[in-house]
Amino acid sequence: MKKNLSFLLLVIFLMLQLSCSKDAPNTTDNAPLLAPNKTDIDAGIWKPVLLTGPTEFPVAAPAAITTPGYIAELNEIKGYQRDLTASQEASIRYWGAGGVLRWNELMRQLVSKYNLPPYQNADGTYPFPSANNPFAYPLFPFANPPYAARAYAYVSAAQYDALVAAWHYKKLYNRPAPYKTDASIKAKLPTSDLPSYPSEDAVLAGVTAEMMKLLFPGEIAFIQQKADEQKLSKIMAGVATRSDIEAGEALGRLVAQKFTTRARADRAGAAAGNQASWTALETNTVARGEIPWISMETPKRPPMLPGFGNVRPFLFDETTTPTLRPGPPPSTSSEQMKKELAEILDFVKNPTPERIRITHFWADGIATPTPPGHWGAIADADFIKQGFSEVRWARNMALLNMAMMDAAIVCWDTKFFYFNPRPSQLNPEIKTLTGLPNFPAYISGHSTFSAAAATILSHIVPSRAKEYDAMAKEASISRMYGGIHYRSDCEKGLETGNKVGAYAVSRAKTDGAD
Amino acid sequence: MQIIKTSIHRITCLLIITMAACIPSKAQTEIDGIMMAKNNYCSGLMYNYSSWDQYWEGTLKRNNLNLGTVSTTTIAYMGNYGVSDKLNVLFGLPYIKTKASTGTFSGLSGLQDLSLWVKWMPYEKDFGKSVLAFYAIGGVSLPVSDYTPDLLPFSIGLRSKTLSLRAMADYQIGSWFATVSGTYVVRDKVTLDRELYYTTQLHQTNEVAMPDASSINIRAGYRTGRLIAEAVWNKWTTLGGFDITRNNMPFVSNRMNATMLGVNFKYNLKGVDGLSLIANANATLSGRNMGQASNIGGGVFYILDFTPKKKTEKKADTSKK
Repeated sequence: MKKNLSFLLLVIFLMLQLSCSKDAPNTTDNAPLLAPNKTDIDAGIWKPVLLTGPTEFPVAAPAAITTPGYIAELNEIKGYQRDLTASQEASIRYWGAGGVLRWNELMRQLVSKYNLPPYQNADGTYPFPSANNPFAYPLFPFANPPYAARAYAYVSAAQYDALVAAWHYKKLYNRPAPYKTDASIKAKLPTSDLPSYPSEDAVLAGVTAEMMKLLFPGEIAFIQQKADEQKLSKIMAGVATRSDIEAGEALGRLVAQKFTTRARADRAGAAAGNQASWTALETNTVARGEIPWISMETPKRPPMLPGFGNVRPFLFDETTTPTLRPGPPPSTSSEQMKKELAEILDFVKNPTPERIRITHFWADGIATPTPPGHWGAIADADFIKQGFSEVRWARNMALLNMAMMDAAIVCWDTKFFYFNPRPSQLNPEIKTLTGLPNFPAYISGHSTFSAAAATILSHIVPSRAKEYDAMAKEASISRMYGGIHYRSDCEKGLETGNKVGAYAVSRAKTDGAD
Repeated sequence: MQIIKTSIHRITCLLIITMAACIPSKAQTEIDGIMMAKNNYCSGLMYNYSSWDQYWEGTLKRNNLNLGTVSTTTIAYMGNYGVSDKLNVLFGLPYIKTKASTGTFSGLSGLQDLSLWVKWMPYEKDFGKSVLAFYAIGGVSLPVSDYTPDLLPFSIGLRSKTLSLRAMADYQIGSWFATVSGTYVVRDKVTLDRELYYTTQLHQTNEVAMPDASSINIRAGYRTGRLIAEAVWNKWTTLGGFDITRNNMPFVSNRMNATMLGVNFKYNLKGVDGLSLIANANATLSGRNMGQASNIGGGVFYILDFTPKKKTEKKADTSKK
């Protein structure tokens, strides 16, 4: 009995050594407080995306810091600072890591939440989400990769334009931050010489809340709550007064409206197509003597956003889109296609742990932020270390996200121009190690997105260029390992993505920020 | 009566794989009211086939035409060694293969988790016609291959290290018995191959915090040294986790629950001393975020006696006192 007990105690001791953990924090939970290397005080002259200039929307001159109204605003800050709760301090630190960063993360969260294909109707057709009724199933939107790429681009571009305008007025009015005008106000965040009117954080809150009305109408309440948190955190932190906040939010909302107006007319609304257009894609491909793509889902699901190639790009004119389309894929009846098909069959029949790891690392399938969101997270992780000002961070994200939206446009144009089948359609023996996307194979979306992203990111953070290139290539080949793309899809996708990325680089060289 | 129970101890062990649908199968060997006698080692191979075509998406029961029937085939090596009559060490190691009958997804296969238990019987009392015993069982399980838990329902396991602690009572009257046990399973966080995943919010890390789980097991039936026939009811409850959203894939930290009912049979062959055959079957009565699995299995086990001859006699003497 004694021996048994000591044995048992030994086992319990060993078990405790293996003790289990529940702690899985986000990598950015403790991101450092944003402390830009420079204020970029002249960013008001940077080239906006849509605005005709930084003064397109007027911002009234602020009250002088000697006025009773301003002094009352300082008292509001002091009132908060007398007695900050732990959750208020946490909110200050959360938003203090960077407004652009936090909004990017929230956008990725919304995309993940809404990135679910609708369940079929009883008759085997599929319902489409309705922007007019976002809470009815299927929820609006289905944030698939093209939708997500476009949403990220609009939000980032609008944030950038609004911050360019904000920086113009900051320099023009030169109102110091409250911690500079009153020594008894404590700066709870890193200080700088950047004028505080209008507040850059409120600009971001206003832009993003306004963009939600179009992009995620079911989340307006959630986003408004986040926007209110962000604004209040800056007052409590002593870095902005109530009037700095109000001027910033108003400016942000006005700039966003310019972007939502563009978005409503960019043809994305018609991208889903209809039965006649889906049938035409099939018959046109048959007429060319090729095997057309068919949905491998049961019941057969209409292809994902076949008209997305017609969407108006940001970085080049829409007439340029077809000129970026690569030549045709190997004919479905060619020897080359047989060879490429055999290569994919070999990959799926012999999955190594490393290939499975790579496939899953880059899968970015349903309920994820999609490949553009994955690249956004990669970029943010690097930008955290760069000491960018908010306006520069927004500019760099806008370049990245516009490049990926335009990559989606060119990629989708190519996919639906050639309407090429997936490997599993041509050889049912090919079982996939990741979800099979419901649209044609040529060219690979992952490859196009990733090359476009790597190209512009290499310009922004040149020291990481080699890694970005390696990541893009790994993302690309992950689709072959997963059994859902041929080699030509991936190679041409990378080439095409690089070309789109080059447009972003050329914009970056001339926008006044480099 | 003590003689009957003791003879059961000597010559039988009942090792069964419990299959639990979306939660891939786990070798569960520690869960019955039988102890291996000192220096005896019972081990063998168990085969199990599990399948489902209906599953619970959260609480909504549905099918999926892109999966058809999802099947799991398991072969497990399991063993039970008597350190003493009151203390046993048990283990199980399954190889698992998953497959869907329709759709384009490839199944997965590989060695899953090694489970180890220590089973202690601190109390056993003879009431003349009946015997009552209490047990405490501690276990660990550890993944032994780098399989992915991130492609459910095809993943062969959840890849979480676990600690479990079970309390059990067994009552035998004549050849009839009932066993009741409850277990608490502490589950370690799981590492994925990706750095972004969504539960009810976006997580930017490759680590997933796993909810703990509990299980209640009730079994009753006929038990002699020659034959065991029992009915088994098992309820697995995940203590936390989230529901699969509409038309989403299952995720490792879902709230996976299942209530299962089944039967186990074990027969010790007359011809060969120590050789036994096992058969089992069970069905899922209700569940959440799991497939409604039906399982069938069979196995062959053999007992080796490592007792030095002299000691056996001595032991036989002491057991009589």
